[in-house]
Amino acid sequence: MTTALILLPVGGALVVWLLPLRPFAVASTAFLVALAEVALWIDTLARFDFSRPGLQFDEQQSWFSDLHVSYHVGLYGFSLWLVGMSVVVLAAATGYAFWAGRDRPRAYYGLMLLLTGAIVGVFLAQDLLLFYVFWEAMLVPLYFLVGVWGGPGRLRATLLFVIYTMAGSLLMLASIIVLGISQGTFDLVDSGTNSSDWIFLGFVAAFAVKAPLFPLHAWLPETYRESSAEVSAVLSGVVSKLAAFGFLRIAIAKFPGPTADFRTPILVLAACGLVYGSLLAFRAPDLRGVIAYSSLAQMGLITLGLFAVNPLGLNGAVLQMVNHGLISAALFLIAGAVERRAATGELQALGGMARGRPALATVLMTTGVIALAVPGSSAFAGEFAILAGVFTTGWGYAVVGAAAIVFAAMYMLRLISAVLHRSPGRAVTEAALDLRPAELGIIVPLVLCLLVLSAWPAAITERSFPTGNTLTELAGSR
Amino acid sequence: MIASLATPTIDWFALAAPLSLLAAGAVNLLSAVLVPRGDRRVVASVVAALGYAAAIAFAVALYQQTPDGHGVIADAIQRDRLGALTSVIIAGCGLLAVGVSFSERMSDDHIAEYYALLAWAGAGMTFLASAGTLLTLFLGLEWFSISLYILCAIDRELVGSLEAGLKYLIVGGFGSAMLLFGSALVYGATGRLEFHEIAAQVSAQGLSHDALLVAGLALIIGGLGFKASAAPFHMWTPDVYEGAPTPVTAFMSGATKAVALVLTLRVLVTAFPQEARLWTIAVAAIACASLAVGNLAALVQTSLKRLLAYSSISQAGFMLIGIASNNALGARALLYYLIPYCAMSVGAFGVVAARERELNRPVTMDSLAGFGWERPLLGGGMTVFMLGFAGFPLTGGFVGKFYVFSAAYQHGWTWLVIVGVVATAVSLYYYLGVIRAMYFRPSEELQLAAVAGGSPPRELLLQSAVAAAIVVTVGSFFAVQPLIDICRHAAESLRF
Repeated sequence: MTTALILLPVGGALVVWLLPLRPFAVASTAFLVALAEVALWIDTLARFDFSRPGLQFDEQQSWFSDLHVSYHVGLYGFSLWLVGMSVVVLAAATGYAFWAGRDRPRAYYGLMLLLTGAIVGVFLAQDLLLFYVFWEAMLVPLYFLVGVWGGPGRLRATLLFVIYTMAGSLLMLASIIVLGISQGTFDLVDSGTNSSDWIFLGFVAAFAVKAPLFPLHAWLPETYRESSAEVSAVLSGVVSKLAAFGFLRIAIAKFPGPTADFRTPILVLAACGLVYGSLLAFRAPDLRGVIAYSSLAQMGLITLGLFAVNPLGLNGAVLQMVNHGLISAALFLIAGAVERRAATGELQALGGMARGRPALATVLMTTGVIALAVPGSSAFAGEFAILAGVFTTGWGYAVVGAAAIVFAAMYMLRLISAVLHRSPGRAVTEAALDLRPAELGIIVPLVLCLLVLSAWPAAITERSFPTGNTLTELAGSR
Repeated sequence: MIASLATPTIDWFALAAPLSLLAAGAVNLLSAVLVPRGDRRVVASVVAALGYAAAIAFAVALYQQTPDGHGVIADAIQRDRLGALTSVIIAGCGLLAVGVSFSERMSDDHIAEYYALLAWAGAGMTFLASAGTLLTLFLGLEWFSISLYILCAIDRELVGSLEAGLKYLIVGGFGSAMLLFGSALVYGATGRLEFHEIAAQVSAQGLSHDALLVAGLALIIGGLGFKASAAPFHMWTPDVYEGAPTPVTAFMSGATKAVALVLTLRVLVTAFPQEARLWTIAVAAIACASLAVGNLAALVQTSLKRLLAYSSISQAGFMLIGIASNNALGARALLYYLIPYCAMSVGAFGVVAARERELNRPVTMDSLAGFGWERPLLGGGMTVFMLGFAGFPLTGGFVGKFYVFSAAYQHGWTWLVIVGVVATAVSLYYYLGVIRAMYFRPSEELQLAAVAGGSPPRELLLQSAVAAAIVVTVGSFFAVQPLIDICRHAAESLRF
């Protein structure tokens, strides 16, 4: 059943590639598969027993036995929520592409579905090598999606993106080999904790690049700017969360000793990223830049929560991962919609779009207000929990984090006013339409999810780590 | 007098694979004379394909019926699963190479001889795969090398073909001479030719630091290094790979490397176990040199064949890590790695051959623009092969790399794992560069006249060869367990 979550999109990809379908049929098939994936997740959610600790719905099948590598997948409470966020965002992204129309649809939608399968696989993998397999498998469709369907600077952007992520990933591969061979198994559940700083740093390198953690973010602005809107939404909404997931599932859970040793430098870097990203977001000249740098800042915040290594911080981080996934996906899709109308994302040339476009104004306003963590929003709940969690580690981090909420308000309000208010910019014509029903149908569900979470953040915070002492449980049985 | 010479009993079954290929070559030579010119191409290629198919069948049977290895024919030949598995891999390469060769634009003058030589090269390799003495080692090596020298130069209308043949002849002859000289020194030191007897003599007489023996060992490693095109014995590789007819390059890059690497493993482990401290370091150094040279030089290539040539040097480096590990896991890793490697290598050169025929000129990175979109199967195949070389998951290349790195770590050489990882990172630039050239650039950038008459003729055989290579490359990722079991049994022929 868990395997179905991976196989459904991969099978969809094969159908799209191999059957000679017409472009419209291809796109609609892909969208339907993405929706079916969401339905499958809802079904899993309904059957998930939150009162029970440990791995659920796990399936194991030996892959090669001499090195004890197996296909082992399963779900924890927090990974269930992250999978949910991912499939929702990916369905929205696929739907957006369907609506916007993409060249070479068979290749495009096949890759999109493959990406879905790989991303879900990373969250489900309970074997180190399997984790790496999905992690790398995810890079291939992304490479094509950015490199073929991206903007004019896509070649440079893909190069940067791939070099950065692969440099990190390969260090992780070395770590995986050393850890797996020395422990005699690659299974995440069967293996125990480890105290090697070097192995830990290999994993951290991969996750820190992917997140990205300051100062490894050089690939981020160009990649997010050059990708098409829905791919940026996936990159910033989902792919970055995989890195945070990796921090939690492997780095923190498997390496308690090194985590304690390296906690201060990581927390400091996260705090730097938070402030630096926020400031850059405030100064960025274009829509995508603001969202990209705010993503850097938010990942810093999430990392703060994770490396607080206490229940409050972890719960907050998981909630914020879901929040930010939905928020930044929604923002990127809105940015894509704005760019389609104005043919530019430069804030200078935009403005005044609220007049006569109530739907756009409402959606952007709602998302923006949640993003800047207005009290009562789910982002507020997440950030509050993170700050409270990290406060016990050091009050300085909490102060930086609190300041960052102010920065968030600054850059978000600047974005909102630059797009919606002021006098109409030179790129905004009268003819530019409001959001179409199809666009609303894609973006509004994301916003609705956020509103539901705002009303009931405990849905996640009380159901991510049901038993409390989850870190010992994640650390494995040995 | 003659009657008193003891002649060994001959185990024909152990020789069945090379013999069937020899026979195929002989039939082809006859067909060069007897079959009318118009039918020669079809007949010769079918005969060669049958020869290779028979070789696969015999090698598989040999594998199944030889659970424990032993020497046959006065220990000249080692009948074991290692040799059988290597023969299967070689013959597989040969079969694919026949598919790639079929529509090569070559004059009909020598077409039957071409396939005869292709079969004989394979015969020499399958013979070499089970060599048990220094003499059969040299014999097998020269046997397939001479066939390949001619194959490289056979297409006289191809610019650079003759040059390639000549270069290969001279440099390859040098390598063979090194191997022969090394063998002579080892024979001088130990008085024996059989691999296991050499080891026995070394331990009996305490020769493990004998200067003669060590010098001989070094020369043998060097001689085999030439054939495996490992740095610093790689100088011929780019020129020969570029100049030779592409199907020949495809065959060479897969089969020659496979047999040379397996023989390196066999000789070092069976004949020189006492010198393991020396040769593990030497092989690791050669591996590092190959990784450095292959990867760095490949970064700046514009000709696709040269790029793949340098990539094959770096791939040899990865596989040598398995040998340098000197453990059962390393042997298994090498044998496993060879399976997807050969498929990727033959497949990639097959795609190059197809593009060459389409454009009628050498393939550069520029002339790949738009290729992926225009030819979905070939472009997709090339993508799979490049990702496989680069070690991305969903290809056997990933598992192969994982295994060799694991073997190096098990040997205690974490630094070698790091070197391999760094080399992989560097290699991404050019492997992904090929994909970028095929897909990311619109074909309008292709500064060539459009191919006359729309799409080129369907080359069914070449496309099936590429498809088969894709299946092996991807299939070996999913079927790791059965393949690794086969490799483990094969590796058990060696004592670690």
